[in-house]
Amino acid sequence: MSEINAFIAFPEIILVIGVLILIVFGALRKGQATETVNLFSLIVLAGAFIAVILMPSGAGFGGLMVVDSFAKIMKALALIAAAATIAMSRDYMARENLHHFEFPILVTLAAIGMMMMISANNLLGLYLGIELLSLPCYVLAAFRRDSPLSTEAGVKYFVLGSLSSGMLLYGASLIYGFSGSLQFPEISAAVKSFSAEGGTAVGPTVGLITGMCFMAAGTAFKISAVPFHMWTPDVYEGSPAPVTAFFASAPKVAGLAVVVRLFVGAFGDAVSLWQQIIYFISVMSMIIGAFGALTQSNFKRLMAYSSIGNVGYALIGLVAGTEEGIAGMVVYLVIYVAMTLGAFACIIAMRNGEEEFDSIYDLAGLSKTHGGWAAGLLVVMFSLAAIPPLGGFFGKLMVFMAAVKVQLWTLVIVGVLTSVVSAFYYLRIVKIMYFDEPHQDFETMPVTLKVILAASNVVIVLGVVFMGFIFGAANMAAGSLW
Amino acid sequence: MLGFHILSGLLILPLIGAAFILCLRGDGNKVHSNARYAALATTLVTFLLSVAAWFMFDPASADFQLVEQKVWISESIRFKLGVDGFSIPFVLLTTFLMPICVAASWHIEKQVKAYFACFLVLETTLIGVFVALDLVLFYVFFEAGLIPMFLIIGVWGGKRRIYAAFKFFLYTLLGSLFMLLAAIAMYWEAGTTDIPTLLQHRFPVEMQKWLWLAFLASFAVKMPMWPVHTWLPDAHVEAPTAGSVILAGVLLKMGGYGFIRFSIPMFPDASVYFTPLIMGLSLVAIIYTSLVALMQEDMKKLVAYSSVAHMGFVTMGLFSLTQQGIQGAMFQMVSHGLVSGALFLCVGVVYDRMHTREIAAFGGIVNRMPNYAVVFMMFTLANVGLPGTSGFIGEFLTIVGTFLQFPRVAFCAAIGVILSAAYALWLYRRVMYGPLVKPELMSLSDLTRRELAVFVPLVLLVVYYGVQPDSILNSFQVATSKLLESLPNVQTAMLTLQ
Repeated sequence: MSEINAFIAFPEIILVIGVLILIVFGALRKGQATETVNLFSLIVLAGAFIAVILMPSGAGFGGLMVVDSFAKIMKALALIAAAATIAMSRDYMARENLHHFEFPILVTLAAIGMMMMISANNLLGLYLGIELLSLPCYVLAAFRRDSPLSTEAGVKYFVLGSLSSGMLLYGASLIYGFSGSLQFPEISAAVKSFSAEGGTAVGPTVGLITGMCFMAAGTAFKISAVPFHMWTPDVYEGSPAPVTAFFASAPKVAGLAVVVRLFVGAFGDAVSLWQQIIYFISVMSMIIGAFGALTQSNFKRLMAYSSIGNVGYALIGLVAGTEEGIAGMVVYLVIYVAMTLGAFACIIAMRNGEEEFDSIYDLAGLSKTHGGWAAGLLVVMFSLAAIPPLGGFFGKLMVFMAAVKVQLWTLVIVGVLTSVVSAFYYLRIVKIMYFDEPHQDFETMPVTLKVILAASNVVIVLGVVFMGFIFGAANMAAGSLW
Repeated sequence: MLGFHILSGLLILPLIGAAFILCLRGDGNKVHSNARYAALATTLVTFLLSVAAWFMFDPASADFQLVEQKVWISESIRFKLGVDGFSIPFVLLTTFLMPICVAASWHIEKQVKAYFACFLVLETTLIGVFVALDLVLFYVFFEAGLIPMFLIIGVWGGKRRIYAAFKFFLYTLLGSLFMLLAAIAMYWEAGTTDIPTLLQHRFPVEMQKWLWLAFLASFAVKMPMWPVHTWLPDAHVEAPTAGSVILAGVLLKMGGYGFIRFSIPMFPDASVYFTPLIMGLSLVAIIYTSLVALMQEDMKKLVAYSSVAHMGFVTMGLFSLTQQGIQGAMFQMVSHGLVSGALFLCVGVVYDRMHTREIAAFGGIVNRMPNYAVVFMMFTLANVGLPGTSGFIGEFLTIVGTFLQFPRVAFCAAIGVILSAAYALWLYRRVMYGPLVKPELMSLSDLTRRELAVFVPLVLLVVYYGVQPDSILNSFQVATSKLLESLPNVQTAMLTLQ
């Protein structure tokens, strides 16, 4: 455990070196570098992606990082989402006069943070990763400097995010104090010995549990799970659309990965203790996500609630606390990222000249004015509503399967009921696009957005054919955690 | 080679047709006409292929036939297809009604390509429901049909189409999700979702009851049984004619098929336990909805309520758990698929001409449309259950089957038959006879050749099955016997219940 084994961090190293070169390059070239930096950050991300796929498993940096199948699949997902964000932002940023070279660099920096989170095997690594993700995110939220809404989003995100980081740190210090180690395996051993002594709530156990609760609160904030979700709708609404697309996709993957690492890795023997916490978070997220979105007419706010709900569903897999559960969660996240990117490709494209739209009612009659776009969004919406044979259904199927196996009936029944409620507002968007008459014309979708939407649709639709493959990979990933 | 993959062929063909239609490019009218012919050709070829499957099917065997399978999600959740005596009639019914729907939609001018693509995708999902031999696969097809149907009602429907589409979708979705949970529970209990294996598996009695209720939630909505039938009149009324035909003809049969494929053979103890419940609900459906049908002022709504009543006979027959009852219910479903589909087409004919479905707006049109009057009469009588039409066989057998177990229930159901005669014949009188006084009716023209071409095969089949019921009954005779043999304790349990 003590050797450095720096090779394990090869993808991260690629990203770091790439980002540093790009910062210098961008600073020297002033305003003209954006296109080049965009392109090269994509190349760097692609390089990291290939490195992630090819890397052998193992641990490194004295146990700070671990690379296993779970890390690989989650990193690959996070990198895809980050790259898609940069690709989607290109036309939008140019049109909105936000064409700064910092954008791709911030996203890439955030990607490094996410990679560290996903590989975290140590409380310090976990915290560093989360901060490295959060700081660029605060800046990204406020990227539209001259807009009060965007600035407000940035400040809100920053203040609440710092609060949650504080909780994380406090929790981490408690855990360190009572277990005597920062390493997850050793924390796990400490937890095991306490629970072997009977697990009564005295002495060190109480300290550990308190620390765990603080960590749960801090991480729940990062994945915008109820009751730490309040910032989500405002930040999603205020941030520029490509930034929102990023927030809704990649950090959720990394955040959920970190939650899994923490609870399965460090607290794997205290399932009965954290299960209640995650249970509550999951149920409430599903409910708030479903009912909160019902009254939203702003597409970005709606997607914010939708993402809250989706995190709730993904957490069902963790509540189950089994290998099937984590596998289900991984399948869910793969599909979720595809759906989110597809939906945001459509949101980003909603513009005409200088004007940007984000009300769902502006989509009225889209099927008549932009048939392909409407069909693409239709597929995404039905998939979000979990209608087979689209991918979203299989994500839910897998987490429900895991929950039913351990008899979590209340949880799955809440899941079923909320998914009917949420089907209503996804269907409403289909209704607006297909059943209503057009009143707002948009310009043609830029090519990059078309490609992203098409790719998202391919994953969602062909997922039914390749589900065996995805499920196999997810099973391998989950298996590597035990 | 053909025989080996014939069922996948049935599933893929409509999808290819849909993709082809969506890819059509060019100037408006030409594309529209090409789309129509492509849809017609696809559905006809699919029909011929299903007829080939029917010839390859051996009704003397109760096993699943034409089976094909591939590993799908995992070793135990497979892509497995096959047919037996209970499913092959529905496959044929679907493929038979589809070309008729396409022909009946010839005049659609709004988003033609999307319309026919929706219908073809719908055909795939419907066939899939009946040929799937894996529970998850079944669920996928069962639910997937919602997407095209939602669009068909919502885009091409009537005035309150949006309300109807949402109601249809959410109602069905809610019911089905409980079935999904039950399916998952069965997976963990039996270790597989393979339907033939599940049919052999005996679930614990307590668990059976929960599973049975969860499946009921789904099938009762689809069927639809009273009191969860309220989506049906809305959906039927607002859907375009061809949509109503498919709804009444095939979608409603998915509930009955589900009972006969899952609820009865897999949860026999629970089925016996809940039989009184089903009998009660069926009777309410038969009598209450018949009375409701009497009061309708909209022709389509009347036919829709009559569908609910006829489905009441189906559930009653199925849960009588007798040879006659189950065979009668199967027959009734096939017959109702033809007859109610035809009745919706009949309503569509006058709706296309007058753009109203209000009964009061008509009267005396027999004078202007003699051929139409004959056709309408045919199907009205079949709906009533006149001997010599297919409607009679189904109602008769279900009542006989029920009489063997529950004479009083059968007696009440017979009253429903009288009521059905009342509303159907009264509808016919008000629309067809009486003085032709309304000036706007004067210019009505009789059936066109296209419309006749649509009706003739339906009329022939309804009469043929009325006088030659064996041709269908044979196909599931063995399957029914086997089903009843596999429920050894049912007969005695039934006696104690009485």
